[in-house]
Amino acid sequence: MQQTLFDKIWDLHRVAQRADGRDLIYIDRHVLHELHAHHAFAQLQKQGRPVRRADLTFAVQDHTVATKPGRDDDTNPSGSAFIRAMREGCRTNRIRLFDVDDPEQGISHVVAPELGIVLPGATHAVPDSHASTVGGVGALAFGCGTSELAHILATQVMALKRPKNMRVQLDGRLAAGVSAKDVALRIIAEIGVAGARGHVVEYAGPAVHAMPIEQRMTLCNLNIEMGGRSGFVAPDDVTFEWLARRPFVPQGAEWDRALRHWRMLASDEGAGFDREVRLDCATLEPQITWGTDPSQVVGISGRVPDPAVLDPGRRAAAASAFGYMDLAPGMPLLGLPIDRVFIGSCTNSRLPDLQVAADVVRGRHVAEGVVAMVVPGSSSVKREAEAAGLDRVFREAGFFWGESGCSMCAGGNGDRGEPGERCVSTTNRNFENRQGPKVRTHLASPATAAASAIAGRIADARQLAPGTT
Amino acid sequence: MMQPFTRHTGIAAPLVKDDVNTDQIAPILHSRGLKEDYRAMLFHRARRRDDGSEDPDFVLNKPQFRAAGILVAGENFGAGSSRESAVWSMLANGIRVIIAKSFADIYRENCLQNGLLPVVLGSALGDQFIARVVAVDGKAPFTVDLGTQRISGPGGPDVAFEIPAADRTRLIEGLDDIGLTLKHVDEIASWEARAQTAQPWLQSARDSR
Repeated sequence: MQQTLFDKIWDLHRVAQRADGRDLIYIDRHVLHELHAHHAFAQLQKQGRPVRRADLTFAVQDHTVATKPGRDDDTNPSGSAFIRAMREGCRTNRIRLFDVDDPEQGISHVVAPELGIVLPGATHAVPDSHASTVGGVGALAFGCGTSELAHILATQVMALKRPKNMRVQLDGRLAAGVSAKDVALRIIAEIGVAGARGHVVEYAGPAVHAMPIEQRMTLCNLNIEMGGRSGFVAPDDVTFEWLARRPFVPQGAEWDRALRHWRMLASDEGAGFDREVRLDCATLEPQITWGTDPSQVVGISGRVPDPAVLDPGRRAAAASAFGYMDLAPGMPLLGLPIDRVFIGSCTNSRLPDLQVAADVVRGRHVAEGVVAMVVPGSSSVKREAEAAGLDRVFREAGFFWGESGCSMCAGGNGDRGEPGERCVSTTNRNFENRQGPKVRTHLASPATAAASAIAGRIADARQLAPGTT
Repeated sequence: MMQPFTRHTGIAAPLVKDDVNTDQIAPILHSRGLKEDYRAMLFHRARRRDDGSEDPDFVLNKPQFRAAGILVAGENFGAGSSRESAVWSMLANGIRVIIAKSFADIYRENCLQNGLLPVVLGSALGDQFIARVVAVDGKAPFTVDLGTQRISGPGGPDVAFEIPAADRTRLIEGLDDIGLTLKHVDEIASWEARAQTAQPWLQSARDSR
């Protein structure tokens, strides 16, 4: 019987079936963050239940940490209680914490893969819906709530109903200036915000395997925005080369042994998928959202749709989005004046993301009146970017260069826009009020965000006139 | 923590929207602490106008729906972030049942973990039921009975709904989910022992430096 890679990983990690029919799936690596962990620590303490495998559990401070240089626990006053409770909970339960001042602190979905904490074919859980970001290295990752977090701490398993299999086949070669972010936005536009609900998605095809790991992580990061339970890319030589020698991966003879196993991690030829979607990436241009959910997307040269031509089920949402976003049907987005640009988040904050943005920005200046921020995904990314001089490129262009964290993605650390502002953002959710009350968010790639900061308008990085300032 | 659920009688409020996300249900507010006010959190922004006053048009602000115990919505309810506060804030407001055409996966799981009953009606039946709830307009309560898997109330015949038997049992008995799993603690230990031999790197996450 041919199996998908998801089936193989699931079956290998299936510990038992519970009386209620749920499978108990072993979680190889569990990563917590401060926004949710304290509830779970308190619950376990009340129940007198110990953490089963503190040695497989890690913690980061990411959602509420300030990004201001020289930050401490109290720089964001509404984060300090979370940060301190996290520290105390990790100390009591002997969990390795990447604390606010740790040289390897950062967003969980950035830190875990860059340290080699997640591995191909391993299962991973985070109390955050963007957990599947690490699917970019071939891990099977599940986002979860707080009760499930406590459950994993106490048992090291998740009690899950087996999801279905879906494959997203990405053909063709991406044109220059087009990235995984654009591919992901296009897929969500095609299948909708619930298009992958109940499914684990395998991203396959030549366009995916041509992507570097950081791009694959961007692709898998946005899986939840089409409702997917998890999403991953089968590991290949690019994956193994990327992971080799990272501090938490197996070393020496054990690496060789793991590698032999990882090379077999693939869906069998002819394995059946419950749903298949195909996208030809060769003709794709940069994409940008116009509305208030991540499926409301147009190509950068395109026009905002006319609700009359939309699927009836999407008309009401579109009409409401036009009001919130202050847009009119049929208008182009290119050239629309903006107030703010944010480059960062678990979607697009890794070193290559910052390099692409810096290449657009180099020698230019942020348009007058635009507030532009770059927040690296981890303190390690920040250090590497600084070693490459990227911080100087951004700062000289008028960008704020921050300390690592989730920052303006959900604004949990106080970084947010002002009411009515229009923001081009490399994040994952353009929901109403997410980046601040009444802030109008357009999701796009780092290149589009950087070009828009320079132009002061929504811009196509490929068309930015040379030498403009 | 799990509150058992058997049956609930209450006013049903129609939130006639698809893709209601957890940022809308339980926004991250700027001023917050560990002890959050989940009652005030629910639809915090949607409930208010720009000047901070209550928006009388928002369904849960209408006099007839202020004490609603049942929320009725469209497709993909609870999309987005995994935050469980989007369930706790419902319970803190006395909402014990959400009836929707469909739910986002993580949200539905968070409901089950806390004894908030997620009822899936599907598309056609969901539309009919929303229309009925809109017509009743909070004038009389509905009863959602998990034992008989039926919704009864004014304006039409009883509506039967499906829910996996295991989820139903768990809600009715208010089962401790961790306790259920710990019945398998020996199997967890033997899985770990097998993995230690077959793929030892899975059982060890050490910093090699």
